[in-house]
Amino acid sequence: MHTALAWRNIWRNPRRTAVILAAIIIGVWAMIFLGSLMRGMAGGMVKNAIDTLTGHIQIHQKGYRSDPAIEYTMTDPEPVLSDLDAILPPGSDWAGRVRVHAMANNARHSAGVAFVGIDPETEPLVSFIGPETLIEGRYLQKDDSNAILVGKALLEKFETHLGYKLVLMAQDADREVASRAFRITGVFDAEMAAAEKGFVFVNRSAAQKMLKMGRGLSEIAIVLPDREKVPATAEILKQKLPDHYEVHTWQELLSAIAGYLEIFDGFMLLWYLIIFIAMGFGIVNTILMAVFERMREFGVLKALGMRPWWIVRGVLTESCLLLLLGMAAGNLLSLGSIFLLSHAGGIDLSAFAAGIEYSGVSRIVLPVLNRQDLVTANLVVFFLGLLISLYPAIKAARFTPVQAMTHI
Amino acid sequence: MDMTDHPAKIVQVADVVKTYQQGSVAVHALRGVSLSVEKGEFTALAGPSGSGKTTLLNIIGGLDKADAGEITVDGNRFNEMRDSDLARLRLYKIGFVFQSYNLIPVLSAVENVEYVMLLQGISRKERRDRSRAILDDVELSGKYDRRPHELSGGQQQRVAVARAIVSNPAIVLADEPTANLDSETGRGLLEMMREMNVSKSVTFIFSTHDRMVMEYARRLVRIRDGQVADDILK
Ligand SMILES: Nc1ncnc2c1ncn2[C@@H]1O[C@H](COP(=O)(O)OP(=O)(O)OP(=O)(O)O)[C@@H](O)[C@H]1O
Ligand SMILES: [Mg+2]
Repeated sequence: MHTALAWRNIWRNPRRTAVILAAIIIGVWAMIFLGSLMRGMAGGMVKNAIDTLTGHIQIHQKGYRSDPAIEYTMTDPEPVLSDLDAILPPGSDWAGRVRVHAMANNARHSAGVAFVGIDPETEPLVSFIGPETLIEGRYLQKDDSNAILVGKALLEKFETHLGYKLVLMAQDADREVASRAFRITGVFDAEMAAAEKGFVFVNRSAAQKMLKMGRGLSEIAIVLPDREKVPATAEILKQKLPDHYEVHTWQELLSAIAGYLEIFDGFMLLWYLIIFIAMGFGIVNTILMAVFERMREFGVLKALGMRPWWIVRGVLTESCLLLLLGMAAGNLLSLGSIFLLSHAGGIDLSAFAAGIEYSGVSRIVLPVLNRQDLVTANLVVFFLGLLISLYPAIKAARFTPVQAMTHI
Repeated sequence: MDMTDHPAKIVQVADVVKTYQQGSVAVHALRGVSLSVEKGEFTALAGPSGSGKTTLLNIIGGLDKADAGEITVDGNRFNEMRDSDLARLRLYKIGFVFQSYNLIPVLSAVENVEYVMLLQGISRKERRDRSRAILDDVELSGKYDRRPHELSGGQQQRVAVARAIVSNPAIVLADEPTANLDSETGRGLLEMMREMNVSKSVTFIFSTHDRMVMEYARRLVRIRDGQVADDILK
């Protein structure tokens, strides 16, 4: 009967109840749906960074990380490569690359780029480059010794076109300056403008030959089937590989992003609290109004022998019902929005924010629903909601019957 | 004077003083009231507006505190009781009927009567049976499930009386129970209260300034300026 009474009480003033419910629904939606977009953005940022030639784990010659120069080449990577499949968890992919700083020139322009020699078959498994990212021309083939892939942004900057030549200059293994012309056979598009401007890709054998590296590699990038497995796998690699190699996880390679992710849970909680504060004022005020209107009734209840604590419990039961109703609707609305947006292919942020592609954030944001976030948001709304309802509840319990009776 | 030796005396009020502070003015609502009421009495407190009737009933009911004097209800001395004890006393021993707005609007007649028993922790079935029986006694059979707004003023007051007497309290305090009713309805309510007084020996104290209502009283206590002016047993 207590619950039935509370239920009827909340429908005494349907309009007011609608206002409270709307506040809760909008609040929950802002927490869960907008929160999922924030998650999606952060996730997209990590994914972009990992795709942009980072991978989950990288193996280098010791010293390469602090000075990515040609001296720190893995000169004889074959034994490592042949062990890799046995060491890595099933479903992992890896690719070995040549990667050096180089100057790209044509008749009018020159710029520093990362000159990357890739295995055209394995590289698409671990990074963004591959047949799908090409918007013009064709992808590298195994025996292409002259072909080079450049980003759309670089192409525009250099005012050049498909089929034109591009000259690359870099220090070779003998510390001589090696220089060679390649022909642009493909133009790629990347999530991030920096990648479009910063990378050029050639066949690995062509790069090795130009730089006199033999079969040497600058780095091996590994992508695991599950990001969770990174720390354990990196540990195993460190143990099994000879001492002159170094192993880094993506968290070490992308320390700024990893740090950001670490405080992201804190951001989410802060986001929930900010929304809750806005929503909480509305809830408290409206419940307070309802309580004052029923002052006389609380006076009668006290005259009947009701203890203050019972009145507190009664008001809390009412707000509990309101919270549960609002949360149910808010969750449905959020899940619906997330579902619809995922099916619509996400939000294209470039429409809202010019230059977003320079920030490391993806142009397209897909909502990411995290179970932990869902639970936290609901717990925040429910328990803080009850907590702030204590204020009007205690107010109601404090009315003395005489006050209550003489107030009307 | 030890007042707890008289079990037949349900209410004992001795030298009760109550002064309200209204801004800088002290309003002497009660200036030393003494009164004792025995089991089964049907007593009216009469007096002009502002004489202190409501104040006295509230103090007897433990809703308000006296500044001085002693109150004992059914052997419980208020001076020694905490607020929670008073609430408990009201729940089990004192019934209230106010002038208006007595009922909880979202509860039906039968639920309003049940509510007190719910607070007392009485089982659902017993609650239902007893509240229906008492509503039959106040001639509201067939109106169990009506909400207060679906009942007339007289019917609402009957529900309030039913609620006040359903758990066999030591005393029922009614502050101008007929003031919002027309005289015919008021008469009916009083007859019903008197009937309950006789058949169930419920002790009533009610206030009024209506001459007709005074007629029904077995005992008439006149209050004037916060004092008992006279006390007539009929
Ligand atoms: N809460 C209060 N604060 C200040 N003064 C009060 C308060 N309650 C009552 N009084 C004053 O105390 C006096 C007695 O009031 P009380 O309500 O007991 O009279 P009453 O006999 O019930 O009058 P009525 O017939 O109009 O109901 C009045 O002068 C009233 O103004
Ligand atoms: Mg009065």
